[in-house]
Amino acid sequence: MEQRLFKYIWKHSKKDQIKILFLVLASMPFYFLSLDLPKSIINRAVDSQNFADINSTLSFMRFELPFGEAIFGHKVILFEGFDLTQISLLFALCFAFLGLVLVNGLFKFVINTLKGQLGERMLRRLRFELTDRILRFPVMHSRRVKQAEIATMLKDEVEPLGGFIGDAIVTPFFLGGQALTALIFIMVQNVWLGVVAMSIVLVQAFVIPKLRRRILDLGRQRQMTARALAGRVSELVEGAVEIQSHDTSNYERAEISSRLGKIFKIRYEIYQRKFFVKFLNNLLAQITPFIFYLGGGYLVITGQFEIGTLVAVLAAYKDLPPPIKDLINWDQQRNDVQIKYEQVAEQFQPSGMIDAEMQRLEEKHSPPLEGDIVASNLGLVDENENKLLEGITFTVGVDKKIAIVGNASSGKEYLGLLLANLVKSSSGSMKIGGKPMAQLPSAITGRRISYVSSEAYLFPLSVMDNLFYGLRNWMIKDSSCLPDSEAELLREKQEALRTGNIALNPNGEWIDFTSAGINDPAELVPRVTEVLRAVDFEEDVYLFGLSGIVDSENRPDIAESILGARIALKEHLKATGEEDLVIAFDPEKYNNNATLRENLLFGTPRKKQYAGNNLLAMPILRESVEEADLRDSIYNMGLSIARTMVELFMGLPPSHQFFEQFSFISADDLPEFDKIVKRADKSSFSEISDSDREALMYLPFDYVEARHRLGLVTEDVEAKILKARTIFAEKLESRDPDAVEFYDPDNYNSAASIQDNILFGRLAYGRAEAGATIGRVMTELLDDLGLRSEVIEVGLEFNVGIAGNRLSSVQRQKLALARSLIKRPDLLILNEAAAVMDSQSQNRLVPSIMEAQEDRGICWTLQRASLSQHFEYVIVMQNGKVVESGRFDELNKDGKVLKSLIDDE
Amino acid sequence: MSIEQEVEALKNIPLFANIDPSRLKLMAFASERLIFKEGKELFHQGDAGDAAYIFIDGEADVIVDTDDGPLVVASFAKNDFVGEIAILCDVPRTATIKAKSELVTLKITKELFFNMVMDFPEMGVEVMRVLAHRIDHTTSQLTEARNALADKAS
Repeated sequence: MEQRLFKYIWKHSKKDQIKILFLVLASMPFYFLSLDLPKSIINRAVDSQNFADINSTLSFMRFELPFGEAIFGHKVILFEGFDLTQISLLFALCFAFLGLVLVNGLFKFVINTLKGQLGERMLRRLRFELTDRILRFPVMHSRRVKQAEIATMLKDEVEPLGGFIGDAIVTPFFLGGQALTALIFIMVQNVWLGVVAMSIVLVQAFVIPKLRRRILDLGRQRQMTARALAGRVSELVEGAVEIQSHDTSNYERAEISSRLGKIFKIRYEIYQRKFFVKFLNNLLAQITPFIFYLGGGYLVITGQFEIGTLVAVLAAYKDLPPPIKDLINWDQQRNDVQIKYEQVAEQFQPSGMIDAEMQRLEEKHSPPLEGDIVASNLGLVDENENKLLEGITFTVGVDKKIAIVGNASSGKEYLGLLLANLVKSSSGSMKIGGKPMAQLPSAITGRRISYVSSEAYLFPLSVMDNLFYGLRNWMIKDSSCLPDSEAELLREKQEALRTGNIALNPNGEWIDFTSAGINDPAELVPRVTEVLRAVDFEEDVYLFGLSGIVDSENRPDIAESILGARIALKEHLKATGEEDLVIAFDPEKYNNNATLRENLLFGTPRKKQYAGNNLLAMPILRESVEEADLRDSIYNMGLSIARTMVELFMGLPPSHQFFEQFSFISADDLPEFDKIVKRADKSSFSEISDSDREALMYLPFDYVEARHRLGLVTEDVEAKILKARTIFAEKLESRDPDAVEFYDPDNYNSAASIQDNILFGRLAYGRAEAGATIGRVMTELLDDLGLRSEVIEVGLEFNVGIAGNRLSSVQRQKLALARSLIKRPDLLILNEAAAVMDSQSQNRLVPSIMEAQEDRGICWTLQRASLSQHFEYVIVMQNGKVVESGRFDELNKDGKVLKSLIDDE
Repeated sequence: MSIEQEVEALKNIPLFANIDPSRLKLMAFASERLIFKEGKELFHQGDAGDAAYIFIDGEADVIVDTDDGPLVVASFAKNDFVGEIAILCDVPRTATIKAKSELVTLKITKELFFNMVMDFPEMGVEVMRVLAHRIDHTTSQLTEARNALADKAS
């Protein structure tokens, strides 16, 4: 990356810059003509003195060769022109004027567009180049940088560069030319006045930048502090748990406040200096006319100078300051973006950057790794020259199952990173199959070797996309191109290439299924299931599937099968006499195990204004309640609930967890409801205010008769709710048909989860075994119906959330393990990959992964030394050195380090 | 059966006899009512204890695993409170409880139980009183058993 911005601009945009420059030059004659033309209109066409009578003519568009008389001694007429009468001439000149306005406008339009395009192209190139560099950061460096700062640089700090680049070269030429013309004109009129004007300009040109140096320095500080602020703000978010759990929020406030103070101070000083420079600049600009008036006037009075010349000089001088001022502004902008560029560029060249050649796109399968891993005298030091690894020497087959054990300070983690080629050794060498590791491109190390760290990162995609993430090595087929957009696609590609971007379509087919052993779409789910089972993650995905939603339009087959499972479940429960464990949804009945809201809605909301408490604000619901004469009943239920809550919870401290767990009313609202209940008890029904009623009406919607047991849903209430349900459904059908997917015993519900579709009801409250029994029966049924793989298929669509935060840390690791396993790597490196799991899970996982890796190699840095018994070769490390290595039974003897490590567990 | 009936049932249990009805109502409201069909187990010997049960209606057997197979050692009926030992001192269940008829219980989770005792100390005192009675009872039973053994031996 170039150190200087101008070098960078020139290198990547000289052709475009020159093109724009020529366009600007080409536009000049038209511009001057358009300035000259109004004078001709007044002087020649309008002024009647030029025309003797109405029929006399003047020539139009007569061209003489400039300076023809001087060169050839006589006038050289290039074009005789047309003779026109006064009216015709006026028309001709006016239309010529209009034409010139149009031409000038078009020039301006084209030039500005080209400048903008050039700027944006350069910005795109710069951003891509910076991203490319982030992708080539060595991992040790990536661990140290603050993401928010890097993101701010890429996003905000380079933004002004785009605006500037279009003007970078054209503007100084253009403005400089204008200023020079004006200066030369003054010089021609009077050398001395010209010298005065020029010397003032020179003073401006030297003094102002000097004064601005401090401003630039401050600008640099401003940029650094703002960037650091972005980093700190992101820490506040990431460290939210620590800040709240340690009550350090006020310390953080103080810290941020002091930073903001610093930024304020810097910015204030910038303003002070900026406006002072402006003041000085204006002053200098006005000094020149002052001298002209005084000196020129003196010369005129003393008769050494003609008054006409002075007027001409002053008129010419009028044209001098604006371009000078713009030039100075341009220069300031240049300095500003130059600093920004340098600051950013500096951050993007860490030492040890990965060579671009190592990450070259390789569109074929890489050859498998064979032979031995030979480490000879490997050493690694950190940036403070501390020795992390030292004199590591071993030879072991790449297809062997290797365990690396040692305590936390043994350096085994670094050996894992070295083996995965993620960190380069400081000394010594590592070879695989005779080839030095350092020379292997990522197309080999990233495909033939898989690496899982102790805290693997997941992308915010579905389980499936995360699982196959490691097989997106090259674009196999560009499949997303629509036939009619081919030309557009080609244009986009060319655009990408001309700015040094990559022209591959991320929406094309990238996943190399054959590497995963999947040669046919039908093998996909079985193979995925096999891998998920190997890492003990299959059950989790199955459960995701159960709570997942399938649209019957996309997968009518699954919907059909699920509907079958619904019937099968019902029959099964009937056969075992357990049908009372599920209270099915019945359009004709009130479901005591569901909330009042559910009983009214009797469906799954598709639009969120029908979900939760939003529902109560919907006019359709209000009308239905009104028409079914249910309003007063709901109000009475609300009053009963409020009364009970006040009775039960009034004495408890507001922070008591019972409020959260059991109360219908929050601790904060309870005193208010206490008052409402007292008011309601004192007055008759009709006297209760609307706001009190409104507050009470909201309470019963979460009420479940079977659970809360307050005896509020009487037969009368039931009948009214059923009536309201029917009215509501009818109204919705005609007014908002897509809002709610109603419960229908004979149809699949595309808005509800698979589980809810099978159950089609609610588990009976009060039946201890209901949850476990139904869960078991449902699983058995789905297995019997052969639906397990369909459910898993749905579970694979589960989105894992940002950095996988919708999964537990154990689940995240399992998915990361599966992601590496499915690639079938020649060497699978697991760097304490199972550390978050409990001992029993680790005991199960190790043999299971061994089996899944078949005859391919594994290198596992183990948290627990005893697990090394499963491996063919054990490397024992202490303080960054290999202290012993060999077979487990050789090392598991008294006096050996491995034995003592196992005994210490 | 509504919550009011549960409160009536709770009042009849000696442990809660002296406790304010509104407290009992809160406990009933916060606890889950569980029904066990005949033959179903409330919990099994050796399980970790997470809840105690108040019998509102029905009967249950107390079964202990012995070398000769399960042995019914006692039975519980309406108004009994079972399983409190396991939640008070974190020991595994000492016996299995199996419903002898349809059994209606209130499940008092460990968390709920401790919350109630913390918030309403009079309940704690009451629990102590009941447990002390039980120790007294057990001690006298032990003495009787010892005397009987001594008599046999002599």
